[in-house]
Amino acid sequence: MKRLVAVAMALACGITAVLADTDPIAERRALMKHDGDAAKKLFDMSKGKAPFDLAVVKESLKTLDEGATKTATLFPDNSKTGGGTAALPAIWENKADFDARFAKFKKDVEAAQAGVVDQATFKKFAPTVFENCGGCHELYKAKSG
Amino acid sequence: MSSPARMKWVAAVLAVVIAAGATLAWALSAPRPRYSVEEWQALSLTGDDAAGRLVFYAGGCESCHKSLGQDDPLKLGGGLELKTPFGSFYPPNISTDPVDGIGAWRPVDVANALLSGVSPSGAHLYPAFPYTSYQRVTPMDVADLAAFLRTVPPVKGKAPENALAFPFSIRRAVGLWKLLYFDNAGLRPAPSQSEQWNRGRYLVEGPGHCGECHTPRGFLGEMDLKHALAGAPLPDGHGKAANLRGGDFLNWTEADIVEALTSGFTPAGDVLGAGMTAVVRNLAELPESDRQAIAVYLKSLPTLGPAAAAKP
Repeated sequence: MKRLVAVAMALACGITAVLADTDPIAERRALMKHDGDAAKKLFDMSKGKAPFDLAVVKESLKTLDEGATKTATLFPDNSKTGGGTAALPAIWENKADFDARFAKFKKDVEAAQAGVVDQATFKKFAPTVFENCGGCHELYKAKSG
Repeated sequence: MSSPARMKWVAAVLAVVIAAGATLAWALSAPRPRYSVEEWQALSLTGDDAAGRLVFYAGGCESCHKSLGQDDPLKLGGGLELKTPFGSFYPPNISTDPVDGIGAWRPVDVANALLSGVSPSGAHLYPAFPYTSYQRVTPMDVADLAAFLRTVPPVKGKAPENALAFPFSIRRAVGLWKLLYFDNAGLRPAPSQSEQWNRGRYLVEGPGHCGECHTPRGFLGEMDLKHALAGAPLPDGHGKAANLRGGDFLNWTEADIVEALTSGFTPAGDVLGAGMTAVVRNLAELPESDRQAIAVYLKSLPTLGPAAAAKP
C-alpha cells in the first residue's frame, strides 16, 4: 500500500512537472483559482459570514502554502502572453520583487499555519495572510473586467 | 484678368481664410477658468482640512500623484507614467513645495484646476487629470481639499514633461477638445432620489471619477456617455475595467460592493487588482456610509451590456 501511494505521488509529481513544462499559463491560472476558493473560505470566516472551523482553516492554509510554492515557479520567460493570461509584463521587468513577494506570502501563510490554533489566533493571523493578495494584484495582474 | 493676377487674388483670399480660421480657433480654444479671484472670494468658503482629507481620499489624488517608489500617500511628488494612446502623461508634483509643487496655489487656483482644467497661469490642463469628473465636486469640497493640501509635506523635484504625439502635444488644442466634450455642467441633486443615492452618485460621478476608467472612450479620448460605466479597455492596453451595469457585476449585492471597496475581496474570492487596489486603499479611508451610498447608486443603474468599443 505504501508503495502504491509512493508510486501514485511520484506519478502525480511527474504529471505536474510535465504540465508545468508545457502549459504554465493554464496551470498557474488553475492554481490561482484554487487559491481564490481557499482564500474565500478563510475570508468569509474572518468576516463572520461562515462559522469558524479549524479544520477548514488548516486545509485552506495548506492550499495557499502549496499554491505559493508552485505558482511562483510558473512564470518562465516563455509564458508572458497567450492562454488568456492576466499576467502583466511588469512581472518579468521586476522578477526579483515578484519572487520576493511570493516568498513573503509563503512565509506569512506558514506563520499562520503554525500559529492558528483557535478562532482568536485565526483572527490575528488572517489579515497578515490577506494583506499579500492586493500588493501583487495591483502591480502584476491586469484587470479582467 | 491675367492668370498671374488671378493667382495672387486666390492666394490673398486663402491667406485671409487661414488667418481668420486661426484667429477663430485661437479664440475658441481660450482657457476659461470657472472662477475669477473675486467670484471665488464672494463664495466666502473657509476650508476645513479634516473634511478635506476625506475629499482627498474620495478623489483618489494619491493614486496618480504619490511619489514613486514609496508607500506614503501624502508624499505627493508625482511622476507616475500614465500610458495612453496619445502618449505618456506624468502627473505633476502637488505637494506643498512652492516651486516644484503647488505650495504657492491659492484655493481659487485649486478650484479652477479641478473644476475647469485650467492652471493658475491660465493654461489648459490635459484631461488625463480627470476634471471631466472633478467638475462636479462642490465648491465647499474644493475649499476643504485645498485646506487639506496645505497640510501635506513639501516634496522636491518635478515630474517629467508629458511625452505626447503630435498634434496632442499642442496644449492649446485642449480648448477645442473642451468645446466638444467638456460640458462643465456640474451635478444637480435629483430630488426624487434619496439622500443616500444622491451621495452615491456624487461620489461616483464627481470625486470618485469612476467613469474615467469604467466608461469607454471615443476617438479623441472623450467619454462615450451612452455607455457610461459599462466597462472599457484600460488606456495602457492591459486588461479592462469591469462593466458596472452588466455581466458578473449584476450578481453582486450591495454588501458585496461595500466589501470589495473596503477590503478588495470580491464575491468570487478574487481580490481587486491593478488600478482598483489604490481605489480600495483610498475608499477604505471614507466612512462606511459613503461606500454604502456608492453601492446603492451603482445597483440603481439601468443594466447595459458592454459597449461596442469595449470589445477586444
